[in-house]
Amino acid sequence: MSNIPETGRTSRVTIRLIAIQILVFSLILTLGGRLWFLQIRNGDEYQEEAAGNHVQQVVQPAPRGTLYDARGVPLADTETRLVVSASRTELMKMRDDGEAVLGRVAEVLGMTGEEVAHKVRLCNNETPQPCWNGSPYQPIPITDEATTQQALTIRERGEDFPGITAEPAAVRRYPAPYKANTAQVLGYLSPVTDEEVQKAKDTDSPLLRSDQVGRSGLERSYDTQLRGDAGVLRYEVDKLGRVLGMADSDEPVAGSSVVTSIDSRVQAVAEYQLNQAMETARKETDSITGRPYEADSGAVVVMESKTGRIVAMASQPDYDPNAWVGGIDAEQYAELTGENSNYPLLNRAIQGQAAPGSIFKVVSSMGAVNAGYPFDDTYSCSSSYSLGSHSFANFESTGHGPITLGKALEVSCNTVFYRLGHTEWRKDGGSKVKPGEADEHLYKAAKDFGLSKKTGIDLPNEVTGRIPDRQWKQDYWEANKDSWCKQAKAAKKTGDEQKDYVAKLARENCETGMQLRAGDSIIYAIGQGDILVTPIQMATGYAAISNGGTLYDPTVGKAIISPDGREVETIEPTAHGKLPASKKTVSQIDQALQDVATRGTASWRFTTWPHDEIPIHAKTGTAQVYGKQTTSWLATYTDDYTIVMTISQAGTGSGASGPAVRNLYDAIYGVEEDGSIDRKKALLPKPEKDLPRISPTGTVQAERTDPKLVKFWREAEFS
Amino acid sequence: MSVHSFDTSAVGPPKSLWSRVTARGSLARRLDWPLMLVPLLLCAVGALLVWSATRNRTELTGGDPQQFLYKHVVNTAIGVALAIGVVWIGHQRLRSLMPVLYTLALVLIGLVYTPLGATINGERAWLNLAPGLQIQPSEFIKVTIILGMAVLLSAKVDAGDREHPDHRTVVQALALAALPVAVVGDLGQVMVCVVIILGVLLASGAANRWVFGLIVTGAAGAVAVWLFGLLDEYQLNRFAAFANPALDPSGVGYNTNQARIAIGSGGLFGTGLFEGSQTTGQFVPEQQTDFIFTVAGEELGFVGGSLILLLLAVLLWRACRIAREATDLYSTIIAAGIVAWFAFQSFENIGMSLGIMPVAGLPLPFVSYGGSSMFAVWIAIGMLQSVRIQRPLSA
Repeated sequence: MSNIPETGRTSRVTIRLIAIQILVFSLILTLGGRLWFLQIRNGDEYQEEAAGNHVQQVVQPAPRGTLYDARGVPLADTETRLVVSASRTELMKMRDDGEAVLGRVAEVLGMTGEEVAHKVRLCNNETPQPCWNGSPYQPIPITDEATTQQALTIRERGEDFPGITAEPAAVRRYPAPYKANTAQVLGYLSPVTDEEVQKAKDTDSPLLRSDQVGRSGLERSYDTQLRGDAGVLRYEVDKLGRVLGMADSDEPVAGSSVVTSIDSRVQAVAEYQLNQAMETARKETDSITGRPYEADSGAVVVMESKTGRIVAMASQPDYDPNAWVGGIDAEQYAELTGENSNYPLLNRAIQGQAAPGSIFKVVSSMGAVNAGYPFDDTYSCSSSYSLGSHSFANFESTGHGPITLGKALEVSCNTVFYRLGHTEWRKDGGSKVKPGEADEHLYKAAKDFGLSKKTGIDLPNEVTGRIPDRQWKQDYWEANKDSWCKQAKAAKKTGDEQKDYVAKLARENCETGMQLRAGDSIIYAIGQGDILVTPIQMATGYAAISNGGTLYDPTVGKAIISPDGREVETIEPTAHGKLPASKKTVSQIDQALQDVATRGTASWRFTTWPHDEIPIHAKTGTAQVYGKQTTSWLATYTDDYTIVMTISQAGTGSGASGPAVRNLYDAIYGVEEDGSIDRKKALLPKPEKDLPRISPTGTVQAERTDPKLVKFWREAEFS
Repeated sequence: MSVHSFDTSAVGPPKSLWSRVTARGSLARRLDWPLMLVPLLLCAVGALLVWSATRNRTELTGGDPQQFLYKHVVNTAIGVALAIGVVWIGHQRLRSLMPVLYTLALVLIGLVYTPLGATINGERAWLNLAPGLQIQPSEFIKVTIILGMAVLLSAKVDAGDREHPDHRTVVQALALAALPVAVVGDLGQVMVCVVIILGVLLASGAANRWVFGLIVTGAAGAVAVWLFGLLDEYQLNRFAAFANPALDPSGVGYNTNQARIAIGSGGLFGTGLFEGSQTTGQFVPEQQTDFIFTVAGEELGFVGGSLILLLLAVLLWRACRIAREATDLYSTIIAAGIVAWFAFQSFENIGMSLGIMPVAGLPLPFVSYGGSSMFAVWIAIGMLQSVRIQRPLSA
């Protein structure tokens, strides 16, 4: 026992006190070390987390750019509407979660309380539409159709409507100038989906949850330019979402405007005339089926021959693009996308594909010349062409004797091309030759003409059509042989193999479907069989014949104009190829097509046409489709314009499409019924070269025509 | 003056007040001034932090952003007055008052379970004395235990009968401490009390077996509590969140996670007072009391946080010194008990904000807002000063 004199305490206690002291200081050191670890070593990480914690973003949408026609008339613009919105964060602060306020809003707007409550509730897995799918910090629109009176009521009695705003907001509008709704070309907008937001996150144009994005047409292909950059107001908020102050915010930047080459007047005429042609066809009886023509769908393309610019593009059936504005309900959506309405959203000018029939003969002619058949040699136009026991007839089984290829185009002689197709097939090695080992001149010409691939038009979802050459046959067989062979096997078991045409076909396809048969090549030469083309492909090719051989990318967009009107980026015409024919051949075909219009198959539609002043060229086509009525095709051009029209199940090319195309040309050039030209009445005698004028304040100046004149041409019924 | 420690200065001819106060051996000279100054500094820092944490919380302040600042200052003033009172009475005289104080403390804890009691944040630990006046009796338990155990354990040793407390005395002392601890339902306070009892036993010179026995019992108790589900669910959840804060970031782990974000985002110098987004945004709960250190961490940074740690270190160093230099076992035990109390409570409080200790509702001495805690820690300062004053002058 060793007492420390001063304190009179044992060493045990002293030692323990020292131990306590050491323990105490190690605790403090531990805290210091941990503090250093959190604040100095990992500080950055936590700073980021803290920043993400307390900032909430409210999006201010950028005004979307306008789509103009070639003369500055708006095709799609934004309209200011009175929008009544509710701030969810404000409502949630109230004792009854804003129920009373929403009830008063419903009363003012003449809606039911339930309707309003549904609009402002947040979407989740259990909540059915309607519900709000955007950020809860974003004002939620209750209506975008408030009247001035309703808006004033809400604003004047602000104390009764806390958290409710009634303010003008921009809403997309499709004004349809001259009644040209241009629906499928313009496209439509709809709210962005979660996946799209995720996908666009790290790109140059990130999407916000409040964004509307273009879903089709120009709205989609020029979406990034039109959309602009939304502004973001960043609020500092507390744990409960209450706003404490503002953080750095970005102002919205308006979207650019797009001037298109569409002339809304010509567009209006094209739409009306297409519709008229279809309605007329439905009143006529098809002599083959004995039923009235279905005329279920159709398309027309008016293109500048020397640039590829689209002046008008119509597709039937169509729809009102304004149906999409302000959200579309389920019923409307079903109507727009359903089978019963025959898919009005499809732009059949670029998405409709059919066998081209005789308008394909210009391609066969080019192929034939390339294969060594001189254009001006004579070829037998017999009344029919036989392959084994099968006889391929000429149209109405008339023969014309030995004629040139030009004459064959003029009178649309099938047998000349049957023979060419068959001879070439044999020369290539018949059905035994493997894909890639034959010249396939007729098929190659079609591909070089631009068929079986996209033209590159600045509209989304263009389809390619197809050219049924040996390679395609092989590929198609590989893809389908299993189901064909299964079908054939099943038919064999039941014993209706011999009776049933379909079963027979299945067996044939199963066994030899990879072979290009003689019959395939014979009907291919006149644009029938498995071949599929789109109106825009044919328009591009015929425009090339008109301009001497250059295949231009079809374009609808002509220039992009910055929001302030200062920067104008012109979209120049670009060529993607040449016709598979020499200059000479092109001019020979050009002459032949003029003859078609003056004395050939299309001439009866152009008897009063001023051929000397405005030379017109045409080719008719009437394509047979298994189990359906014939497809009407009419491909025409002048020096400046190319017009291709097609109507499904409507009869002959000149018969069904002739009057409409003729009326279009009349309107464009101002040709009266008697063939005289009234320049004053002409809508667009020369393609619009210039862009619309832009005022010093940056607004695009519209050059408008008297609507009566457009109405006159729209409803003209000559010929 | 009736304080016996004044005796030495009362000799000689009458002197001026100043010279009397500053005279060698006077009360003023014998007070441990760092031990006065450091708690005052901690209270001052605490006042700023409490102010920052509450000025936006209108639901607490009733619209006066400075309300908690004022209250904290007033609490500090009352605390200092209590400390002076304790010095005045002297810790030696508290020996005889111990039975009264002990009984009073037991009654107060008991009252918590009557309709007078109130539950705040899941802990039934409060007494509603009058509207707006609530006290937390468990805060005063700690002083009572230290005092009571010191009285019992030191009696025979200080009388010179024994070198160390005998087993019987230890049992008595443990029983005396166990009774109020058993009544207190507050997990955090129980933890502090256990550590205090351990510190007191160590300082008393009780046999090693008692010390180890207590440690083993404590550990076994913790395991038993865990296994047999004696804890309420919220208490278990707090521990689970401590073990893995990512477990449920929006629920249980949310608070600890937000606390860590607040401190971590402070960096070296902090965001500046009133500028912390975590604090302004009220992302951390109970920020003026249990999580006060997060305000310091975020707004004053590593520098501010270290300053608080440094002040606490100085405070504990002074307290340790007083314990070592105390002249009798009674005083030694009191000082050591207070060291154990302050050290563990500070470690637990800051440790849970830093995410190295489980969440338990304990205030940071002098810094956290709260009257009961403030009064209790100043009473402890008074006792430390009293021990120091009684010490013979060193040559």
